Amino acid sequence: MTNVEASLSMLKNANILLYIGKGVLFTMIISVIAVLSGIIIGSVLALVRNYCTKGVVPRIFHTLSVIYIEVFRNTPLLLWIFICLVFCPCPSLFSRKLFGLTSVETKLLFKASVALILFTSSVVAEIIRGGLNGIAKGQFEAAHAQGFNIVQTFIYVILPQAYRSVMPTLVSQVTSTIKDSSYLANVAVIELMSRVKQILSSANRYNGTGNINVSDVFVLFGFAALIYFAINYTLSCIVRRMQKRRRKVKA
Amino acid sequence: MSGILSLRAWGKVWSYRTTFALGLFNTVRTAVFAILIALVLGIIFGLMATSGKKILRAVSRVYVEVIQNTPILLQTCFLYYALAFSNHSIGIIMTGIIALGVYTGAYMAEVIRAGIEAIPKGQFEAAAAQGFNYIEKMYYIILPQSIKIILPPMVNQVVNLIKNTSCLYIIGGADLISLTYSFVTGENTGGAYAPAYLISGFLFFIICYPLSRTASAWEISLKQREARLND
Repeated sequence: MTNVEASLSMLKNANILLYIGKGVLFTMIISVIAVLSGIIIGSVLALVRNYCTKGVVPRIFHTLSVIYIEVFRNTPLLLWIFICLVFCPCPSLFSRKLFGLTSVETKLLFKASVALILFTSSVVAEIIRGGLNGIAKGQFEAAHAQGFNIVQTFIYVILPQAYRSVMPTLVSQVTSTIKDSSYLANVAVIELMSRVKQILSSANRYNGTGNINVSDVFVLFGFAALIYFAINYTLSCIVRRMQKRRRKVKA
Repeated sequence: MSGILSLRAWGKVWSYRTTFALGLFNTVRTAVFAILIALVLGIIFGLMATSGKKILRAVSRVYVEVIQNTPILLQTCFLYYALAFSNHSIGIIMTGIIALGVYTGAYMAEVIRAGIEAIPKGQFEAAAAQGFNYIEKMYYIILPQSIKIILPPMVNQVVNLIKNTSCLYIIGGADLISLTYSFVTGENTGGAYAPAYLISGFLFFIICYPLSRTASAWEISLKQREARLND
């Protein structure tokens, strides 16, 4: 049996496939949760940064949101993961066995996900701000004339339009977040990247040759790359379709 | 907060200041060489994508899609272990430079492609009508116009690259983040979490913030000029 065949035989092992499959699931869930919470936090940040510009108290909130966005955008995600591991409190709900992970792993998962959410929300805030900047001033005046108060104006008039115009960018942010979620591999064995690396480090036990060969690296990381590519390429095709349809509507 | 106000913790960080300086030096060194590789790859593949030749376009498309749709961490690990298990190891920093260069190169190629495609077709035709060959056409007519569109997103990619140097940690890196982490968890040096993370975050911030600030200011002024021209 050649080394390549031995490496490929690992991918026929049902346990390994199940292990990797769960990793894929975790990657997807973590990323979707991060982007969704990012949209909520990011919308608030974007609104505060754009519209809280008059008066002393609003100015303070404005400055805070500017600091938040700029700090998270200009420092690496890994730093925030490390910081959250030490300083982020973990509710008791997440300090026990959950989703087939040990209690230590769930704790790490929670803390690292918080870091990912904080990081993603700063990026999403800037994306949404791009959408808000494109909204005509007349929209505010029209909403005001209709008797909407400021909260209603944002929820029913401004934000829906902003979301619509940045939808393609938001979807491609999911791609970036899926890639960013691989940084969790540095602290815990939960998602796809870390699981593949884990299998590689004990490949000598599974491939039947007793050694870790170069072919194992190619097969395992190649397989992981294929999975990432399949997910992200699908998403980027969706983005392109959206942009094309939009251009058609405009024209 | 463990040690943010404790003088002893700050003193510990101060006495190990060379560790942070070394980390910063390694991060900057990795980033600078990676930027050079990324620029070269970006220009080559960006020009290939706009060359109009089907094969060249396809090659550039494949490079961009494969690299952009897989995480930098995976690429770094792949490169590092593939070389290590075939006994061709080239060292952590060198691996990082190549992986980051190739990764960011794909983004640079997209930026350059978009910049060239934003130039109206008439400019290409006019240049061709004047008898310019490909290099002259690009150098005298197209690139001077597209450089303004290209530069802001390019600077943003540089910022991303600097932040992504933290991917070296997974292969046992020597960059700022890795050294900070080994400092706070080390047997003799451990414990000074808050001061060490603050310093390391601050160092990243003072490099990245001016860059991203410049990029966005550039972009805004560009948009305003465009709006004025359209009026």
